[in-house]
Amino acid sequence: MSGMDRLHDDIMRALDTVKDPEIDTVSILDLGMFESFEVAEHDGGYAVNVTVLPTFLGCPALEFIKQNIIKAVSGVDGVSRTEVGFVFEPPWTSDRITERGEAGLKAFGIAPPRQSEEGEWQIDCPYCGSTYVTMENLFGPTACRSIVYCKSCKNPFEAMKPVSTLM
Amino acid sequence: METPNKQALVDLLLQLADDDFLYSYRGSEWLGLAPHIEEDVASSSIAQDSMGHAAMYYQLLEELGLGSADMLAHTRLSHERKNTVLVERVNGPGYYMETPEYDWAYAVARNYCYTLAKKIRIDALKKSSHAPLASVAVKINMELYYHLMHWQTWFTQLYSSTETARDKMDAALALVMADFGDVFSYGKNGAAIEEARLIEGENILLDRWYAAITPVLVGLGVTLPEIGHERNGRDGEHTPDLNDALATLGEVYLLDTTAVW
Ligand SMILES: [Zn+2]
Repeated sequence: MSGMDRLHDDIMRALDTVKDPEIDTVSILDLGMFESFEVAEHDGGYAVNVTVLPTFLGCPALEFIKQNIIKAVSGVDGVSRTEVGFVFEPPWTSDRITERGEAGLKAFGIAPPRQSEEGEWQIDCPYCGSTYVTMENLFGPTACRSIVYCKSCKNPFEAMKPVSTLM
Repeated sequence: METPNKQALVDLLLQLADDDFLYSYRGSEWLGLAPHIEEDVASSSIAQDSMGHAAMYYQLLEELGLGSADMLAHTRLSHERKNTVLVERVNGPGYYMETPEYDWAYAVARNYCYTLAKKIRIDALKKSSHAPLASVAVKINMELYYHLMHWQTWFTQLYSSTETARDKMDAALALVMADFGDVFSYGKNGAAIEEARLIEGENILLDRWYAAITPVLVGLGVTLPEIGHERNGRDGEHTPDLNDALATLGEVYLLDTTAVW
């Protein structure tokens, strides 16, 4: 493996340690927030410029995520400088969440966002898998989540809102 | 970008930014006062999203060299503001910190009419000739979907509720419509905005708004009150309500404009 390949792998591993500040079972890679990074020589080491897609625009967690990325990537051997930029093109959509991300959300008690072919929001209870659920509040504790009640196992839970460019 | 087009772009962005800035502020004033706890969460969530939208527009202005986003949001005086009068109006008598007697029917009528207008505008902005604005519009649109669903539910439910609720909604809708005349206006220099293809024409958008709200109103048996044109916020014509809002909004920032919060 070349030095550059190793650096690339190390950076990806570092990025995978950056969790959602409120959901520590999913990383920014799992959520599909990571878009790309560029490496340039800098000061005898490497400058890394990470591009991230914000989920919701007013999300107060974005600044924490940015700081955590800088901390994680700066810890990689050979990196002398890290910068983080947020871009809106391409827009973040909920289908960017990976399978591992869906599993991580469920483990935290949050139903991952799913849409049927027709664009209908499908919510399965993260505890028992039932689809017999009712929407309690479209707006949950954060911009990206709703509060739902499972009529089968009688648990309230949160569901991540599906967002797509078709809305 | 040549100068006349840049001025048109700046004008439009200020209108969009100031609209969501004030709309978000009036929404945040309901914190702790909304009819129930679920609504408290929903209202604050929508206010937070909307402040994020305003921040995006101010950011685009910053990128055009107009000064920092914070400065644009907080230091411009009332007559320099380009928001529609509709979003600057108080939520009702009294002050948030003292004895607010806010009107929930007014909040629902204003938020629904404004959010529907915002949806029509955002759809048009997705085709804007200014590519960064079109990208921001695509992103905002995804969040707006939930806002509109929320306010349309409230609007329909209150109108389908008791006689008292209906009377209150009628009164609220009349107030909202009296201030609605400048919502789709681009102000004195609006022709330049349309010529630069930054967004479609005022009347096209207004017609779409009518087309979207009419089936809802017909379903509820509601006649839309007449739209008033007393002031045009796009040209800096505002009410004293705006001064008070700006004083509160800028209070912390203006204490020390160099501080990092
Ligand atoms: Zn269940």
